[in-house]
Amino acid sequence: MAVPATKLKEKKEIIDVGLEEGAARLTYERIEQVINRVITAEMAARMKVYVDTCIHCGLCSTACHYYLSHGTPEWAPVGKVKQTMWEILEKKGKVSPEFIKRASIIASTECNVCRRCSMYCPYGIDVAYIMATVRRICHLLGVTPQYIQDTAHSHSATMNQMWVKEDEWIDTLQWQEGEAQAEMPSLRIALDKEGADIMYSVIGPEPKFRAQLIYQAAILMTAAGVDWTMPASPGWDNSDMAMFTGDFEMMGRIKRTHFETAAKLRVKKIVMGECGHAFRSVYDVGNRWLGWKMPPIPVIHATQFYYELLKEGKIKIARKLKEPVTLHDPCNIVRGRGLHEMMRYLVNATCENFVEMYPNREQNHCCCAGGGVINCGPPWKTKRVESNSIKAEQLAATGVHICIAPCHNCHGGLEDIINTYKLNMHTMFFIDVLMKTMEIPDALKA
Amino acid sequence: MSESKKWDWDTSEELIATPSEWKTKFARVQEPYVSPDGKKVAAIARNEDGTYTACVNGEAWENTYENMWNLRFGPDGRLTAIVSEAGEWTLAVDGVPWENKFAYVWDTKFNEDGQTIAVKIQQDTRYGLAVNDQPWENLFEHIGKYVMTPDGQYMAAAVQAVPLGQAEVFKFKDEGTWTVAVNGNAWEKIFTNVWGLDCSPDGKHVAAEVRMGLYDYTIAMDGEMWPEKFNCVWEPVFRPKTSEALATAPVRAAGKWTLAVNGKPVWDSKFVQCWHQTYSPDGRKLAAIVAPSFGQWTVAIDGKLWATTFNELVTDLTFSPDGNRLAAIAKDDGHWKIVVDGTPWPAMYDMVWPPVFSPDGSKVASKVEKGGKYTIALNGKPWRECEALWNPVFSPDGKKVLVRCIEDGKYYRRIVPISEF
Ligand code: SF4
Ligand code: SF4
Repeated sequence: MAVPATKLKEKKEIIDVGLEEGAARLTYERIEQVINRVITAEMAARMKVYVDTCIHCGLCSTACHYYLSHGTPEWAPVGKVKQTMWEILEKKGKVSPEFIKRASIIASTECNVCRRCSMYCPYGIDVAYIMATVRRICHLLGVTPQYIQDTAHSHSATMNQMWVKEDEWIDTLQWQEGEAQAEMPSLRIALDKEGADIMYSVIGPEPKFRAQLIYQAAILMTAAGVDWTMPASPGWDNSDMAMFTGDFEMMGRIKRTHFETAAKLRVKKIVMGECGHAFRSVYDVGNRWLGWKMPPIPVIHATQFYYELLKEGKIKIARKLKEPVTLHDPCNIVRGRGLHEMMRYLVNATCENFVEMYPNREQNHCCCAGGGVINCGPPWKTKRVESNSIKAEQLAATGVHICIAPCHNCHGGLEDIINTYKLNMHTMFFIDVLMKTMEIPDALKA
Repeated sequence: MSESKKWDWDTSEELIATPSEWKTKFARVQEPYVSPDGKKVAAIARNEDGTYTACVNGEAWENTYENMWNLRFGPDGRLTAIVSEAGEWTLAVDGVPWENKFAYVWDTKFNEDGQTIAVKIQQDTRYGLAVNDQPWENLFEHIGKYVMTPDGQYMAAAVQAVPLGQAEVFKFKDEGTWTVAVNGNAWEKIFTNVWGLDCSPDGKHVAAEVRMGLYDYTIAMDGEMWPEKFNCVWEPVFRPKTSEALATAPVRAAGKWTLAVNGKPVWDSKFVQCWHQTYSPDGRKLAAIVAPSFGQWTVAIDGKLWATTFNELVTDLTFSPDGNRLAAIAKDDGHWKIVVDGTPWPAMYDMVWPPVFSPDGSKVASKVEKGGKYTIALNGKPWRECEALWNPVFSPDGKKVLVRCIEDGKYYRRIVPISEF
């Protein structure tokens, strides 16, 4: 399972209409005006501290999978800051449209805002925050890659990521309910059941492409005897690409819809599917933009929920997976929430042969899909995959054929890496593992 | 209120039905719903042959359906459900399906007296509303939020009027695709986005929160945007009891929120957050849920804050009928509370439901939950615990409370004098 040498030889120009046309509309005046507005009205004091504190030591370089995969300084975290924010601040916003286009490419397609580098920086400089601010400037200037911009538009029009219309959403739930009832006749996906204990929320791609995950969640909830509901109105999608384009006003609107949907249903908590960035948006970023210090209705990531169900004996494992498995720690629920030991409990409870990948836990390499990078779409796919040969090496070194990855973006990113580098592996969500290993009480079987 | 005058306020206890026994009649029975007057309890039931029906006070509807969901009583006590037959969907009212059928139906709403019932519909991938079995003549690419006037005469909806191809990012943000349709007739003006909206009580005006391009938020009234643009806005409401059209909305500028009426700020104070603005019934007072600082939530009345703040959430702001008192739900350190005029009831709960004022405003009652049991608390004092219950209703003289509850699997309609709390 050797990894072919695929270091990127040269940077090929990628044409993205969102960037090209966006930059073509810019004037120097507008750029300067927008940047200065962000500097004076929006930038936190920590930005100046970060910029003033950085001693250009380069210790952050080896934290970044882009640098580890390409090996040249422009891919290092500090290199990305140098090419973007330093220049922006030094020139007080007097930069060209071409510069903004390049800054958008760096911030949106060469950084996953994964926050690994801040652990390596002796001063804890948060390069992800700096890159997110660059994206914010690019958003306000209208220079954002086309596909992720389209996703942000979908959020704005439908409150979900995939242009899923209201009737399509409900219809999909009813379809999955019908299918799952063949296996478990008493199963029900209760829509808008006020006063249920839990609202289960998912991300847009689930009804669109991965409806079986909803089916599986319904099986799990029924087997565990959970009183749960799903909303029949917008607010069901917990994801948030507006957070990653820098459209914070839209991010706030999406999060408000999500939490108010839960509040209206009078549920005690929200359990969300296996998604990392969505967790970041509800637990850390979007809620806070609205003024909520913490989520106003507690949000539990699926992995924590499964862990609790197992610990409390609400679900039981009938048989363990025999094949060796490895585990990919998603940045947003590990560096962002510290769920790594719970995930290891889950793997050990459900699999006979667990092979750690190295590095792991909060040191794990990012999948290179998160932070909105995979959402920049097909034009950027090759670059994204080539920028994570280090991940391919890390996966290959485990020697196993199954990689558990409890995050949608990680799934997409890892599958692309697995295919490109021919790793003879496949990814699974924890819910996939549970469906193969969990005990289904006889009384519930068809 | 006018409806409740006709209800039976004398029979202290009435055993209406025993929903726990319905399981023996059907393969499956879902959660129960009750009528506003408490005289009916109903649930969606599945027959052994896989068809669905509604069981009302123990009696099944005559018709059965392939599928059924969203069982809801209207204010007049009629029972509705969204049903499908032969792959087509419609609304069934008291068991009788509408004549018109659609590819899909959802989001049922009633006007104040329940005589007007509306649903969203999709037919041949075109979207709109059907009102009392009549679909709008004009259907659209998609439909968002909708509202109706209390008399049920006017409906306003956010609609996508212009088709959009895949990843047409510049068309979406520059030209726009959304507008507002009133009784099916779309405004001429097209916006990038349209979200929450409100009709003036007489139905003469409609205001909506809109975005033009990616950065300019404002309110559009009757198709015209306020000249003022903001960094963000939330949904508008009209001031009641005035002949003027006064659209009132939270607006954000320079990172802070305040309230504006027809584009002009009405409060001096600015907040980290401000939303769910609501007028007293007489239109004289204006209140909103606000965050005076990050992570601290309270209520502002005419710009002045309650003395207490809560660190998680404030929601369900409710004026008393005379407009002199104000209640809300708050969440603080993980506990749910009822707050009246800024003072929380001493008890803390696992969940609470919207507070209800007596007609004279002197009493507040609320459904509350603790340890999986439910009760009604009146001015903070709990009644006895039940397996399930519904929001309380005060009698027109304010001396009694209608309690609709399930105890030992039996559904009771009770009239409880307030002295029993
Ligand atoms: S991708 Fe991660 S490690 Fe690399 S610069 Fe961005 S936040 Fe830092
Ligand atoms: S490790 Fe920290 S101080 Fe050193 S170059 Fe990177 S960001 Fe600057």
